Amino acid sequence: MKKFTTTLAALLILGSTSSFADGHKVKVGMITTLSGGGSGLGIDVRDGFMLAVKGNKNISVITKDDQRKPDIAVQLADKMIQSDKVDVLTGIIWSNLAMAVVPATVNQGKFYLSPNAGPSKLAGKGCHKNYFNVAWQNDNLHEAAGGYANSAGFKNSFILAPNYPAGKDALTGYKRYFKGSLAGEIYTKLGQKDYAAEIAQIRASGADSVFFFLPGGMGIGFMKQFSQSGIKLPVVGPAFSFDQGILKAVGDAALGVKNTSQWSKDIVNDANKKFVKDFESEYGRLPSLYASQGYDTGKLLISAMSKAKVKDKDKFRDALRKADFSSTRGKFSFDKNHHPIQDIYVREVIKEGKILTNKIVSVGLKDHSNAYVSECKM
Amino acid sequence: MTSILFFEQLLNGIQFGTMLFLMSAGLTLIFGVMGLINLAHGSFYMIGAFSAALIASLTGSFWLALLASLSGAAIAGVLIEIFIIRRLYRRDHLDQVLATFALILLLSEGVRWCFGAFPLYLDIPENLNGTLPILDDIIYSKYRLFIIFMGLLIAAGLYILITKTRLGVRIRAGQNDRQMISALGIDISKLYTIVFALGASLAGLAGAMIGAIQSVEVGMGEPILILAFVVIVIGGIGSIKGALIGSILVGVTDTIGRIFLPEFLKVFMEPASATSVGSSIGSMLIYILMALILIIKPSGLFGKT
Repeated sequence: MKKFTTTLAALLILGSTSSFADGHKVKVGMITTLSGGGSGLGIDVRDGFMLAVKGNKNISVITKDDQRKPDIAVQLADKMIQSDKVDVLTGIIWSNLAMAVVPATVNQGKFYLSPNAGPSKLAGKGCHKNYFNVAWQNDNLHEAAGGYANSAGFKNSFILAPNYPAGKDALTGYKRYFKGSLAGEIYTKLGQKDYAAEIAQIRASGADSVFFFLPGGMGIGFMKQFSQSGIKLPVVGPAFSFDQGILKAVGDAALGVKNTSQWSKDIVNDANKKFVKDFESEYGRLPSLYASQGYDTGKLLISAMSKAKVKDKDKFRDALRKADFSSTRGKFSFDKNHHPIQDIYVREVIKEGKILTNKIVSVGLKDHSNAYVSECKM
Repeated sequence: MTSILFFEQLLNGIQFGTMLFLMSAGLTLIFGVMGLINLAHGSFYMIGAFSAALIASLTGSFWLALLASLSGAAIAGVLIEIFIIRRLYRRDHLDQVLATFALILLLSEGVRWCFGAFPLYLDIPENLNGTLPILDDIIYSKYRLFIIFMGLLIAAGLYILITKTRLGVRIRAGQNDRQMISALGIDISKLYTIVFALGASLAGLAGAMIGAIQSVEVGMGEPILILAFVVIVIGGIGSIKGALIGSILVGVTDTIGRIFLPEFLKVFMEPASATSVGSSIGSMLIYILMALILIIKPSGLFGKT
């Protein structure tokens, strides 16, 4: 069913934009998670991207659903490259899927703009001239969380993340900046929803703080169960478990939690103001950080298209590298390994009227890049 | 301290098990009585949770929401049985798998059309929030105790239903000999509808109770469905008693293994790799358990040979 509808949608898009004679046109293949668990993230990235490129006649987008399965993502990428002849791929949310798709894509001479996943392998030894990450290197937000934990005076943290590439990057990132000791460190199953066993361990560990990275529905379960357990430890985490799409489902259990993000709806700049306003009027909901990443990816693409034709790969790459667009995050540039240099903020979950949302409390890390730049030989 | 932790984890395992029981009881009953492999059972779990979240947001009452989950899933069960499943009884298992798999996709997309892709909010009632001291040092979540209690209550209810009531006699008769029972003048299609709705409503209840502490989202039923199949294979297909014992066994093995295996491996490995190896093996443990039980008893613990 899912497959039929997406194929149908893709066919319609194909039918409506069949002429590609002009070199200024760019065909984008978007592979993202639109069904099943974690689809909220993919939908936000897609909506953000579509908002950015809305009305631009030179961009055509084929969107397909990877169902959060690496094998399906690989099939879709092959098809998009070989029969749809896309110029640029984007959209993947999950690092394990990115690891399966990105290397083959960029080796075939296509550009890949990552709106979310930023596994350490693709930032370090596996970096590639055609791969750009518009969101963050996976470790970034967790590094900021570790930095925040120091400034908050935490000495003994209990840390947990799912057992997949981004989960490992998360704990590595936190530990890189956190100066205290660890009361415990666990990897949970990807997609796990019940954390009773882990919460019991936290209770028994004598920790003074908890750091967790559990994106999507995983974090909803953890926060609710943690607040019901009666453990009164401060919690810190990256924005993924406290973004706009999820807060509603977590409810008041999230109030007051500090989380780190490269974006927030209250960053003051014109691009962000316009983005938040347009997104709300287009889709009738507040944007999440995923949506902002999708939006920035679209804007980056447009900025490069205004400078060079996509068929002229070297010029187009240089244009991308300049990142000459006004980002919703304010200052934004690429480091040598094509990952962002940007500020990472510490936010707090608050209530605006009846709606739970985030507000910036401080800048966690200023002009932050990533730890893998020197490993990248480009 | 370790014994406290162990006891708490044991309770967690039992709680997980009782929840699995609600899922697998219906699944095993439907298979036992109707000979139907119902992959869409996880969808009733989802329907139950979404009905509960809808009613909770309208009325604010958790108890009405639980009722809604039971009735919502039961109604969906009746409709699906009458319009789709009824056509599948005479077909072979492969056709049933194909059709019920299609149902998963249809129902997931349908729910997504109605409610959107973002998780819904469903919370536990105020008076079940927080913890309860059980023994000296052991405190445990009230809500999880409530889940255990509900699971055991339903197990007892099912036992009485199957062994002491007229409907139970018919269900057992249906399990043994389908043709004979219809020859004796019992409306077999009505019986099938009732059994299917009963199974669906139990799954719906499980979805609502678990949705309140986890998340209510599209596709929430499928991971549980896989475990429920493991349970009924371990317990013996068609046996409610097997489903109960299998559920507790799977719940406890999964929870205890997941937590204590990494700790155990730390004795002779460095902590980082012990954590990752331990949690990888921990998540395989129930399948290893299933394989071992099938080697010893090929038709499951309480299955008919």
